[in-house]
Amino acid sequence: MLHYDRQVTTICPYCGVGCNLNLHIKDDRIVRVTSFYDHPVNRGNLCVKGRFGLEYVHHPDRLTTPLIRRNGRLEPASWDEALGLVAERLNAIKAESGPDSIALLSSAKCSNEDNYLMQKLARQVIGTHNIDHCARL
Amino acid sequence: MTNSIGDMLQARAFLIIGSNTTEQHPIIGLQIKRAVRRNGAKLILADPRKIELAQFATIHLQHEGGTDIPLLNGLAYVILDENLQDDEFIATRTENFEAWRKVVEQYPPDEVSKITGVPVDDIVAAARMYATNKPAAILYAMGITQHIVGHYNVTALANLAMLTGNVGVPGGGVNPLRGQNNVQGACDVGCLPNVYPGYQKVTDEEVRAKFANFHSNEQPPAKVGLTVIEMMNAMLEGKVRAMYIMGENPALSDPDSNHVRRCLEACEFLVVNEIFLSETAQMADVVLPAAASVEKDGTYTNTERRIQLAHKALDPPGQAKPDWQILCELAKRMGAPEDEWSYSHPSEIMEEIAAVSPIYGGIRYERLEPVGLQWPCWAPEHGGTPILHVGRFTRGLGYFTPVHHQPADELPDDEYPFMLTTGRLLQHWHTGTMTRRVGGLDYLVPEELVEINPIDAEKLGIEDGDWIRVSSRRGEVVARAHVFDRPRPGLVFMTFHFAEALGNVLTNAALDPIAKIPEYKVCAVKVEKLDSPPE
Repeated sequence: MLHYDRQVTTICPYCGVGCNLNLHIKDDRIVRVTSFYDHPVNRGNLCVKGRFGLEYVHHPDRLTTPLIRRNGRLEPASWDEALGLVAERLNAIKAESGPDSIALLSSAKCSNEDNYLMQKLARQVIGTHNIDHCARL
Repeated sequence: MTNSIGDMLQARAFLIIGSNTTEQHPIIGLQIKRAVRRNGAKLILADPRKIELAQFATIHLQHEGGTDIPLLNGLAYVILDENLQDDEFIATRTENFEAWRKVVEQYPPDEVSKITGVPVDDIVAAARMYATNKPAAILYAMGITQHIVGHYNVTALANLAMLTGNVGVPGGGVNPLRGQNNVQGACDVGCLPNVYPGYQKVTDEEVRAKFANFHSNEQPPAKVGLTVIEMMNAMLEGKVRAMYIMGENPALSDPDSNHVRRCLEACEFLVVNEIFLSETAQMADVVLPAAASVEKDGTYTNTERRIQLAHKALDPPGQAKPDWQILCELAKRMGAPEDEWSYSHPSEIMEEIAAVSPIYGGIRYERLEPVGLQWPCWAPEHGGTPILHVGRFTRGLGYFTPVHHQPADELPDDEYPFMLTTGRLLQHWHTGTMTRRVGGLDYLVPEELVEINPIDAEKLGIEDGDWIRVSSRRGEVVARAHVFDRPRPGLVFMTFHFAEALGNVLTNAALDPIAKIPEYKVCAVKVEKLDSPPE
């Protein structure tokens, strides 16, 4: 009997080597991680993080709802409310102090597509080149 | 990397400097071990610590932190002195050689030995080994770049590779090992203050016109924006009022973290996209729940410039969403044109990336199965580029840039007599947001252990496992000591994985004036034994 329902290939979320991961999924949980022997990057090899380090995905601490600070505390809010507040405040600060009064930090952990849109937001929508990420850190 | 992970097995020699490869890029580390053990490749390791690779090294140059340039110029001195350079490569592929040579001649091995602490014989042997075993690959990481001379450290490495003709050949090259899974891609697609996607300069009028035509808006002024450390300081000065952070944790990852916290506190409006309530998210005004990488389709570009496809394996928890969706919704609410922010799938975003950045010009999702493509990939029929600078450098001729030794910003003194260097461990990742929530990894390494040499520990009466206080001009950290001879005497090593004992409380935010990278790898600290464990 197979111990998984399906397999999905992805890229390891840790270092810059970019190892191929083959996730074995059962009941919507990652139960095993392997890698293909013919992949040119890692040839089936994985380190301790790649093979055993994906459990965080299922951790109960995962954020599941937008949060807004009210009276000093972060409280759950709807997407509509949270995005509305962010758009309103960023537009207001931009109108008062100019686009360069806003700075954006993108992510070396996010995909190319996420990152592309972050810099597009900075340059096209806000109008600033104040965009960086942790490449230097 | 100029070269590919796969062609390293062809190297006859490696010069690895400022890279703890087996812990930080473990699968490339495996390749190195295999090349040394099975192929008999020579390994020159330059590192102030006896990292695991020291067991595989033919020569270990345990130089003092912050003395990379004299060491590398010293190697070049010996190569020239013994006439081991590649004259044909220098003549046909490079320029400014003679001017550079005059500077290198100021770094004879006996002088270099005094600055670096490396024996003269080892400098000579390493230089011969690198120059006479070809092809030879240079590998480096943050141990080279995180200095106020980081830019020039890299230049010194490029000079060595050109001197010996180790550029544009399989098994050679100058290979930076990029840290995060998509730090290469985040740079490629323009998340830097000086370049649009594809490294097109924001100050170039033609580039600006191209992006102005592509997007229905005026482009920002032709002025480079702020880098991360500059943003932090600008918040404290009130010049930056709002910050939007996607999936990063500067409260722990940036140098001098007490100062960074003051900067983030000064920020009037802080928004964070995150998968966990990180130390930075805890300070935010709005937190938006994001999907993890296994919960969305997307591409990631690895250290060898390989753009690879990741498939969605799971649904995000609760109301969490992929960052690209969050950004589209936010942009539209801010008034951006609907048609320029409506994508039904990330593959459509990649089509846009390909349209605006020539190095990604041929990237399409359907071409990325099963193993991806390495940029530059100029057109849909282009097969990608496994090795850069073959036959010709991007700028034409390779330029020998003279580089001089410049001491670190903060060196040990009577009050703070030890040098601190920081880094990461195999079992944890960066600020621990992910790995400290993985039971097995946290079991392997549950706490910060400050590495200190037995000679130093004995002087201070510290035994393995004792509680110690490490302090710098910027703060103090309490943790237990790990006494063993991995760091050279006078050096202590800490990580930034553990919020409760954070190395970055101590680190120095002095910046390289060109690369704007902070000098994490050298600062001055004092070490004291605690009589009792902290409460």
